[in-house]
Amino acid sequence: MKASLGIKLEGAASIDGLTLFAPIALDIRPNQWTCLLGPSGVGKSTVLRLIADLKTYVDFDGTITTSDGQPLTDRVAYMAQSDLLFPWLSVAENVSIGARLRGEKPDGKRVLDMVSRVGLSGHDTKKPAALSGGQRQRVALARTLMENRPVILLDEPFSALDAKTRAEMQELTFALLKERTVLLVTHDPAEAARLAHIGYIMQPQGLIPMEMPETPPVRPIDDPLTIACQTALFRVLRKGAA
Amino acid sequence: MTWKHGILSAFVLVAAWQLLVIITGVPSFILPPPMKVAKAMWFYHALIAENAWVTTQEVLLGMIIGSVLGILTALHLATSRTARAILRPILVFSQAVPVFALAPILVLWFGYGIWSKIVMAVLIIYFPVTSAFFDGLMKTPAGYLDLAKTMGASRARTLWHIRFKSALPSLGSGLRLAAVYAPIGAVIGEWVGASKGLGYLMLLANGRVKIDLMFATLIVLAVLTVCLHLAVDILARKLAKDH
Ligand SMILES: Nc1ncnc2c1ncn2[C@@H]1O[C@H](COP(=O)(O)OP(=O)(O)OP(=O)(O)O)[C@@H](O)[C@H]1O
Ligand SMILES: [Mg+2]
Repeated sequence: MKASLGIKLEGAASIDGLTLFAPIALDIRPNQWTCLLGPSGVGKSTVLRLIADLKTYVDFDGTITTSDGQPLTDRVAYMAQSDLLFPWLSVAENVSIGARLRGEKPDGKRVLDMVSRVGLSGHDTKKPAALSGGQRQRVALARTLMENRPVILLDEPFSALDAKTRAEMQELTFALLKERTVLLVTHDPAEAARLAHIGYIMQPQGLIPMEMPETPPVRPIDDPLTIACQTALFRVLRKGAA
Repeated sequence: MTWKHGILSAFVLVAAWQLLVIITGVPSFILPPPMKVAKAMWFYHALIAENAWVTTQEVLLGMIIGSVLGILTALHLATSRTARAILRPILVFSQAVPVFALAPILVLWFGYGIWSKIVMAVLIIYFPVTSAFFDGLMKTPAGYLDLAKTMGASRARTLWHIRFKSALPSLGSGLRLAAVYAPIGAVIGEWVGASKGLGYLMLLANGRVKIDLMFATLIVLAVLTVCLHLAVDILARKLAKDH
C-alpha cells in the first residue's frame, strides 16, 4: 500500500478554557518521517490522537486535512504510549489481532516472521504477563508493523528498550516503514536526530521547526551531523525557544 | 482454602456439635447428636438420594438457564442504547419485588414439579449475572477500544474479541453469586409447594418429628451447595485466568 499521503494539522487546543498549546501548523509530509519532541504534558499524544480521530480531553480548534482530501479512516496505524496488549492472547495472537478484528485470516507466516524480527522468536506462544516491559513494547511494535497502512503514528515506541535493542528496533522500523508517512513522538533527541526527515519541538507557545541533517535517515548514531543535531535539539528542549 | 482445611473445619464443627449436645443435654428432638444424624443418613440414604437428585436438577438447570439469559441480556444491554434506556430501569425496579414472595405464584403457574423451582432459581440469579456481566462489558479499557477503532474493527468483532473477553472475570463474579442464590431459590420453591426435593423432604421430616432425618437432609443440601460453589469457583478462575 504505497500511497503518498500527507497530513496538515492546524489549530490550537485548550482544556476547560486554558490553552494547552497555541496555534500550530504541523506539516506531515508524504512518505517521510516527522518527529515530534517536547516536554511531558504539552500535548504530543493528544496531537496523535486527534489525527487518529480518537477521543481526547481537549477542545481542538482547528483543522486536520489530508493531501488527497479523503478522510484518514482505515488508513492509519496507531501505536499508543502504553502497549495495550491483550493479556488473554499470546504474543503471536496479539501481533495478528488486527487481521482478526477485521475478519481477515491472519497470515501466520508473516506473524511469526514479524515476531522474530522484533527479536522475540521462541516467545510467540507466551502470554504478555510473562514478558518484560521492553519485550511487551516490541510486541506492540510488531502489531503496529503488521498493519499495512500508509500513515503510521508512533507514540514513544522505543521508550522501554535498552540502548542496543533500541538502535536495532529503530533501524528495523525505519526499514519497514521507509516509504510511509510516519509521525513519531519521542523524548529522545538522539532518536529524532537519527530518524527524522523533519523535526519539530512542541511547546505550549507553539511548534519550533528544527533543522535536520541533509543525510537520509537512518543516520549513524556516531555521525558528527547526527551528534550536532542531537545537541541542537537538546539545547532547545532545555531552554525553550531562543 | 485447601481440601485439608475443609476436612479439618468439618471435624471441628462436628466435635463442637457433639460437645454442645453433651454439655447442654438438649433433647434429641431439638438437636440430635451427630451419630444419630449419621445413622438416619444411612437408613434413609435411598430416599435422600432420590430427593437430592431432584434438587440438583433444579439448581443446575436454574443455573444454566439463568446464566444464559443473564449473559444474553447483558450483551444486549451493552450493545444497544435503546435497550439500556428501556430495560435497565425495569431490571432495577424488578429488584424491588422480593423474589421469595413470588414463590406461591410460580407454583400456581408452573405447577408442583421441578419447573416452578427452576423458574424461581432463574429469577433469583438472573439479575446478579446480568448486572455483573453488563458492568464488565461497559468498563472495557478505553485504549483497547481505540486500538480496535484504528484497526477498522466492526462493532460485532470488537464485542466478541475485546469487550466479551475482557468482561469474563466480571461474568465469573456474577456466576459466583448465582451459585449462592440458586440453591436458595430452589429450596424455597420446594417449601412452598412440591412433592420431591430436599426442601420438601425437610418439611416432611419436620412434620413427622424425624428431626434426625431433617438434619441429615440439611447436611446433604449443604454439601451439594458447597460442591456447586467449588465447581463454579473453578470455572470463575478459568474465566479470570490471564486477566
Ligand atoms: N484523562 C485526562 N483528563 C484530563 N486531562 C487530561 C487527560 N489525559 C491527558 N490530559 C491532559 O492533556 C494534556 C496533554 O496530554 P498528552 O498526553 O497529549 O501529553 P504528552 O505531550 O503526550 O505528554 P508525555 O510526554 O508525558 O506523554 C496533559 O497536560 C494532561 O494534563
Ligand atoms: Mg504522550
